[in-house]
Amino acid sequence: MAKMTLEELRKLRNQKKDELDKRDTEGKDVHIIIGMGTCGIAAGAKDSLDAFLDEIEKNKIDNVTVKQTGCMGLCYVEPTVEVKVPEMPDTIYGNVDAETARNIVREHVLGKKLVSEHVFDRPSKDIVKE
Amino acid sequence: MAVKNFILVCGGTACESSKANDIFNALKSEVEAQGVDKDVQIVKTGCFGFCEKGPIVKVLPEEAFYVEVTPEDAKEIISESIVKGRMVKRLLYVDDTDKKKEDDFDIENIKFYQKQVRIVLRNCGFIDPEKIEEYIARDGYAALEKVLFDMSPDDVINELKVSGLRGRGGAGFPTWMKWNFTKGVESDQKFIVCNADEGDPGAYMDRSTLEGDPHSVLEAMTIAGYTVGANKGVIYIRAEYPLAIKRLEIAIEQAREYGLLGEDILGSGFSFDFEIRLGAGAFVCGEETALLRSIEGNRGMPTPKPPFPAVEGLWGKPTVINNVETWANVPMIILKGGKWFNSIGTEKSSGTKVFALTGKINNSGLVEVPMGTTLREIVFDIGGGIKDGKKFKAVQTGGPSGGVLTNDFLDTPIDFDQLTAIGSMMGSGGMIVMDEDDCIIDVAKFYQEFCVEESCGKCAPCRIGTRKLYDILDKISKGKGTHKDLENLETIGNAMKKAALCGLGQTAPNPILSTLKYFKDEYLEHVDDKVCRAGKCKDLVRFEIDPEKCIGCTVCSRKCPVGCISGERKQPHSIDQSQCVKCGACYAACKFGAIKKS
Amino acid sequence: MSTVDIKVNGRALTVPAGTSILKAAKLAGCKIPTLCYHSDLEPWAACGICVVKVEGSPRMVRACATMVTAGQNYITDDPEIHQIRKTVIEMTLADHPQECLTCARNQTCELQRLAAEYGIREIPFDRRVKRLPKDESTPSIVLDPSKCIQCGRCAQVCQQLQDVWALEFIGRGEKTRLMPSAGVVLNESPCIKCGQCSAHCPVGAIYEKDETDLLMNAILDETKHVAVQMAPAVRVAFGEAFGMEPGEITTGKIYAALRRLGVDAVFDTNFSADLTIMEEGSEFVERFVNGKGELPQLTSCCPAWTDYMEKYYPDMIPNFSTAKSPQMMQGAVIKSYYAKNKGIDPKDIYSVSIMPCTAKKFERVRDENMKSSGYSDVDLVLTTRELSRMIKTFGVDFVNLPEEDADSPVGKYTGAGTIFGVTGGVMEAAVRSAYYLITKEELSNVNIEAVRGMDGVKVGEVDIKGTKVKVAVAHGMANVKAVLDEVREAKEKGLEPPYHFIEVMACRGGCIAGGGQPYGTEDDVREKRIAGLYKDDEQSEFRCSHHNPEITQIYKDYLGAPLSEKSHHLLHTHYTPRPVYQK
Repeated sequence: MAKMTLEELRKLRNQKKDELDKRDTEGKDVHIIIGMGTCGIAAGAKDSLDAFLDEIEKNKIDNVTVKQTGCMGLCYVEPTVEVKVPEMPDTIYGNVDAETARNIVREHVLGKKLVSEHVFDRPSKDIVKE
Repeated sequence: MAVKNFILVCGGTACESSKANDIFNALKSEVEAQGVDKDVQIVKTGCFGFCEKGPIVKVLPEEAFYVEVTPEDAKEIISESIVKGRMVKRLLYVDDTDKKKEDDFDIENIKFYQKQVRIVLRNCGFIDPEKIEEYIARDGYAALEKVLFDMSPDDVINELKVSGLRGRGGAGFPTWMKWNFTKGVESDQKFIVCNADEGDPGAYMDRSTLEGDPHSVLEAMTIAGYTVGANKGVIYIRAEYPLAIKRLEIAIEQAREYGLLGEDILGSGFSFDFEIRLGAGAFVCGEETALLRSIEGNRGMPTPKPPFPAVEGLWGKPTVINNVETWANVPMIILKGGKWFNSIGTEKSSGTKVFALTGKINNSGLVEVPMGTTLREIVFDIGGGIKDGKKFKAVQTGGPSGGVLTNDFLDTPIDFDQLTAIGSMMGSGGMIVMDEDDCIIDVAKFYQEFCVEESCGKCAPCRIGTRKLYDILDKISKGKGTHKDLENLETIGNAMKKAALCGLGQTAPNPILSTLKYFKDEYLEHVDDKVCRAGKCKDLVRFEIDPEKCIGCTVCSRKCPVGCISGERKQPHSIDQSQCVKCGACYAACKFGAIKKS
Repeated sequence: MSTVDIKVNGRALTVPAGTSILKAAKLAGCKIPTLCYHSDLEPWAACGICVVKVEGSPRMVRACATMVTAGQNYITDDPEIHQIRKTVIEMTLADHPQECLTCARNQTCELQRLAAEYGIREIPFDRRVKRLPKDESTPSIVLDPSKCIQCGRCAQVCQQLQDVWALEFIGRGEKTRLMPSAGVVLNESPCIKCGQCSAHCPVGAIYEKDETDLLMNAILDETKHVAVQMAPAVRVAFGEAFGMEPGEITTGKIYAALRRLGVDAVFDTNFSADLTIMEEGSEFVERFVNGKGELPQLTSCCPAWTDYMEKYYPDMIPNFSTAKSPQMMQGAVIKSYYAKNKGIDPKDIYSVSIMPCTAKKFERVRDENMKSSGYSDVDLVLTTRELSRMIKTFGVDFVNLPEEDADSPVGKYTGAGTIFGVTGGVMEAAVRSAYYLITKEELSNVNIEAVRGMDGVKVGEVDIKGTKVKVAVAHGMANVKAVLDEVREAKEKGLEPPYHFIEVMACRGGCIAGGGQPYGTEDDVREKRIAGLYKDDEQSEFRCSHHNPEITQIYKDYLGAPLSEKSHHLLHTHYTPRPVYQK
């Protein structure tokens, strides 16, 4: 990517915003976002990540992207994962070990049901969106 | 057929104890009874952090937020929310100030239950920190854009002034003044420095911010560079934060590629670039002059102020130095305006503060709340209360520089000046919750030991004082303290406050002076009665066997590592106090409650 | 110069801008106590004793390191400030061995004095005294870390004034020590033994190695002929220990005092300073006029400088004058020429020198060339401080002693010899004689002003009948770097050397402020001692080394001529590169 001008930056921002709103990036409409701060990694987020990828592969699901993000601040329930599935509420899961990760793929992504005992609340509203 | 509704029942400790389980079961039977079990999934969740209004039930996708729910409400929730698709108005939470709950209900109000407001942590958990595009998509670098093309340096300073932003790292110095000092000095070179040498025990908000949103700090520092006329930013970060360092490096690289750093940013003619310097993790290097000396390659020892870094900083050049949290606020202030920022928080402390909530608390974690939020809200709502139903004793804020906040201050709005007024300080934002099992002398000793270790050794009041204070606490914890010692704690503490060279030494006595003020009785108990009520001071604990309860099972004598418990089988045992090392193994092993701790 | 109006304890005062509160208070007649502060050094702000209040501020600031701000009123003492200072002193004392009675600094200790001033009668805090091993590895100084109060002066001196970096802050917090880094002892460190650390240490943590017992034993030994020499700078500082003013010339009294102690012969290093000029001056003429050897020529009479050069600038060895220092020349001629003259077997001579310098203790044993007479040319070096203690011990009423003369034939000196003790003095003495050696004519004005004064580096040109000799003088080891780097650069580029002759003295002001001189050396004291030496020069019968009749004599009777074979054997040496860290 070459250096941008002001116009190019604005264009890029709008384009990326649209993508975010549509939630559809390159045909993938399910998003699994794993908290990968030091705290999450220490709590086993890498194992969870592996389990997600493996379970997705096993079930031959091709509309899922798995991404990383920073820490959500829910240290007492790390690793934390946000799951976005069309027509389902965006959901934050806590204490997502490898087994739970597999359950999330099977029950939430495929079964369109929440995984009980692991649902948590996003701690605040999003001021950027306001 | 897909599920249409989700009913979330709070399974947090507090809600659980107030019948969340019964509600869960009642809802389950109701969906079956009303025949909608195929359309609804009932889920148990983690704590919503609104415990005073628990138990809580939330219905999705409508986001209906029901508070103080009872099992008897289950029927109505299902019939109204699920079957008829209407909210149960009487259960909905609305802001207390809004009295017109029933009749004039506004859907917008239901979101207000959350006590956290995330400005600093706005992107943490939203974006992939290793992808600059995701930051840009969330208005990243829009503030820089605005500053470079629509604002003069004076406009920026003014916006900061209006915002009332104060430095988040320690004493809360107004940020605009720092910038303005540096801006006003003529110099061939100026520097912008980020203090990421977070060192308080239990504090990790800066690490999380850098790991989750590195660009916000880069953007803010670039804005500062434009404002004061600096072209070079230095991020001083402790080497123990490898992930944060990696993400910063990636962020800098990506920003350079996009031309958001380097020469002639976005064609504005302004150039700025970064360097990352790793610190070895010495606590004193969080003190700004020591930090600058460390960047220069010298021993991390503070130098007297004045001269202040704003005028004579890195390599003797004017330098703006702020910590991570302060920086992370800046882009939002530029984008949403100083007025907006100033509307959050209290009169003299605007905006939010990130705390690392740890200790005997159910929901430990990072919380960001508006200044002025009370301790009660943080501990009991967001934090979900004290672990294992124990009694709240105090909260330690400000780490080794701070003090304790007791029961009496649960409803004190927390901001810079309030904390200082009650003998603590904001510090970087560590917040450690203590319960009845914590001994206040033990807590003070912990912080003092930290200060002994972390004193740089340059100035006598701190170098000698920290150790003297520790030795006295140690004596007291062993039951050897005297009233003269208590007096000496204050004498030395006061001398350090006035005569220590830097903030570390000046504030090191705070944990002691503050506990001495609010828990004098506990100090006196240790000194006069040789008693530690929390049972933390080993030398003051005594284990005894109640011959009435002891059945002579011999388990305790087998567990005792020094073999000081004797007795015949099936006969009451006894402990040889002269040999006992107070390890508590017998106490833990006895199934009959025959061993008493006093 | 701009000034600011301030108040000290409510009284109005106008001081130059950039004045520290400490200095402003002094101008106002208010003494603020200090401990780590020293006027030679940048304020280090460590001890916490000089705290004062700024009216209207809840904080206290350090008077040493804080510059005055217009309009402020500084409170230099009140009961609260007094209490804070007292507590800090008490804490410092609580961790101090408090062995004042047997301490090298008994009665000269700045901490002791502070404790007395604050009327400390008991220490309210539990004591915590660390017992740490002494470092006695060098022949010059002793480090006793148990007594160290971590004020940092020694490291500042070693790093800032001397640029040696032998002493560093090691460890942190209560484990902070001032010692060589890398786990070596002082003798394996870059230490050049200049002893400035010992002269600046406020307490008994660094002091000269006391060898007074050896002189007593030698005097007691009937078989020994004890011959003593005294260095130029000693005479203008010695009286200070007896309540005399810095700069008072006490040459004759010191000769007399030495004889009261029972030594057999008293000589003056000033004689061999004259001898040094003959040798070193001739060497310079060889290099400058006859092109034999490299230019610039560097003086070699300062042993700390020699040590520094061997460690940090070994490439300059060819530029070094091979002439020994006056001390070692004197020792050599005592055990050869003098011994022969008096018919004493040199093995029975015990050669002692009284020096302003701790490095001289090291120079005495630096290599085999220091035994040119076949024996140790100098057997014992005592510093000014050691000798003054001895004379006190012996109950000699120094102030009222009659003045005596030195013994002959190696005791007489000229004004050129005496100014060896001040920065620029060696150069001035050399120019006076080099002019004669080159032109066979005498200088009309022997006062070479260009090389005098306290500037760290002084440069000048001397006109020798149309030929310009470019000279430079540096003192305070940290100042030499700039000059030598200039030389190095010219050398690398194949250019003409920027200077022809360079004088270096390790200590600021020269030997008058040497590491073995009386305590309390600051610039005002330096100035007075320097004035004393120039006065001694002006009052001298002869002011050029080549006019010293005893010098003429020794060449005639014994050495032949400067740079003769005999001279080379006795009076010259060579240098070898040494590693900065010797381990």
